[in-house]
Amino acid sequence: MNDLARYERRRRIMYGWMLLSPALILLSLFAFIPSAMTFWSSLFSRGTRRNPSEFVGAGNYDLLFADPTFAKVVVNNLIYAGVTIPVSIIIALAMALWANSKIPARGFVRTAFFTPTILPMIAAANIWLFFYTPGLGVLDQIGALFGFGSVNWLGRPETALWAVIIVTIWKEAGFFMIFYLAALQTIPPDLKEAADIEGASRWTYTRRIVLPLLMPTTIFVAVNALINSVKLIDHLFILTKGGPSDASKLVLYYIWELAFSYFDRPQAAALTVMVLVVLGITAAIKFIILDRRTHYQ
Amino acid sequence: MSDAVKSGQAPLYVAAPKRRFRPRLTLALDTFAAWTLAIVWIAPLLFAVWAAFHSTSDAVNFNLAGAWTLDNFRTAWDGAPWMRYFLNTFLLVTVVLAGQLVVTTLAGYAFAQFQFPGRDVLFIIVLLQLFILPEVLIVENYAMVSRLGMFDTVFGIGTPYWASAFGIFLMRQAFKSVPKELDEAARIEGCSWFGVLWRVYVPSAKPTYLAYALVSVSTHWNNFLWPLIVTNSETTRPLTVGLSLFGAPESGVNISVISAATIMSIAPLLIAFLLFQRQFVQAFLRAGIK
Repeated sequence: MNDLARYERRRRIMYGWMLLSPALILLSLFAFIPSAMTFWSSLFSRGTRRNPSEFVGAGNYDLLFADPTFAKVVVNNLIYAGVTIPVSIIIALAMALWANSKIPARGFVRTAFFTPTILPMIAAANIWLFFYTPGLGVLDQIGALFGFGSVNWLGRPETALWAVIIVTIWKEAGFFMIFYLAALQTIPPDLKEAADIEGASRWTYTRRIVLPLLMPTTIFVAVNALINSVKLIDHLFILTKGGPSDASKLVLYYIWELAFSYFDRPQAAALTVMVLVVLGITAAIKFIILDRRTHYQ
Repeated sequence: MSDAVKSGQAPLYVAAPKRRFRPRLTLALDTFAAWTLAIVWIAPLLFAVWAAFHSTSDAVNFNLAGAWTLDNFRTAWDGAPWMRYFLNTFLLVTVVLAGQLVVTTLAGYAFAQFQFPGRDVLFIIVLLQLFILPEVLIVENYAMVSRLGMFDTVFGIGTPYWASAFGIFLMRQAFKSVPKELDEAARIEGCSWFGVLWRVYVPSAKPTYLAYALVSVSTHWNNFLWPLIVTNSETTRPLTVGLSLFGAPESGVNISVISAATIMSIAPLLIAFLLFQRQFVQAFLRAGIK
């Protein structure tokens, strides 16, 4: 009997590893080894025909910190994150509260909010190009009605990043809405009734009851919005290509440019490592601190 | 409800009379605000659809009376090998989804139902991948795909997404909710581990599979940066990359034609979404919350 149990146990271990092996091999090939390789290649100089690549330690990082474009893209990305995260969350919350209230044509309203979510970022950028084109674009035409002159939204350093930010918000707010909508539907109606009996105003009810109950959703949405602020850069390829003079360039776009336009792999690697560190810290905060307060499993 | 409470018991609290009128006003204001936002939100897309069916001069001058035309679609269709791009995208989402279903099912099953040492550590390692975004590792993944000889192939685009940590997590959650008794009953009937997986676990996780499939297909239908990097030719390039090349300012295509091309390439997914809206939203929810 004991032998049988031991045999059974060993069999389970073997099956467990066997079942996991495809996933582990693929994850190693396309996530873990590349991460390690990124770190490794960030420590070597860029090899040319005359000067072969050599170990430079933190040299690439020093170069990056001395690079004005690096400073620019980091600041741009901080603005991008700092605006898109809270604004998308607030709009998503407003959308959800409305899409959950008893207004007429609620189905249409929900569809209108959610549809941009399923478009490719490239398509969204093409659509918005129509709005931003100077002279011909919709925004200029609307502006002209009010007597404003033509503005080159995408071609001016002051406005280019904002034009990009608006497209991102347009794209992601409807996605976040559905999570709020789902959370709102789990709030028991008794709470609303109790608040009514107590004579609480709608604002008080929303602020004191609804928002605290939505907190786990807000955290979930915020983490997603943060990840999006790193990875949603496809529209830059259509709208601005990071310009004018780097005014709308974001970190991931710069990584792409360093690696595939300037063929400066070590610099790209150093920048990638920094992004991975930031993402790692985010992951740690999420798993260790935030998940302890919310319950699932 | 509050009236019933008030009439049933001694009124502890009497609401101010104005409260009776407020709900209607609030509803009107809500409706107005919600509709305004909804119209603003959908307007860019509607405008692009409208522009795609009008001549450029009508489109940029907002000539609402302008004649409807299919010329833009004709011009766009002749301007790039769209049929090939559609086929490439279709192949891509199929390859990605098929690989993901196999890999995540096996791994999810192992994490949910097999006890073995090191399992929990492994699970955390898998979860790490949620934050090591494939988008960020473009440089080294490009090197890896080239090393494996998969550059400019549909597998080169798709394989890196097969071991989706997110999918593994979803499957594990779905399999965990399967009662142990079903598993044991199947084993007593003489099912192998694969038989149990195939006859008991997979059927019971159908809604999760559907949700995951919808999310995966719409993600990869729309994916751009990675395919841009690992494709180099017409025969592998998906729609998004084709569309970005087509709309590039250097190609000198006018804006109505770009709209037509854009509408064309989003049409399949958009129509599917409008028809199965509820399923799509449910899918995104199921995939997100857990």
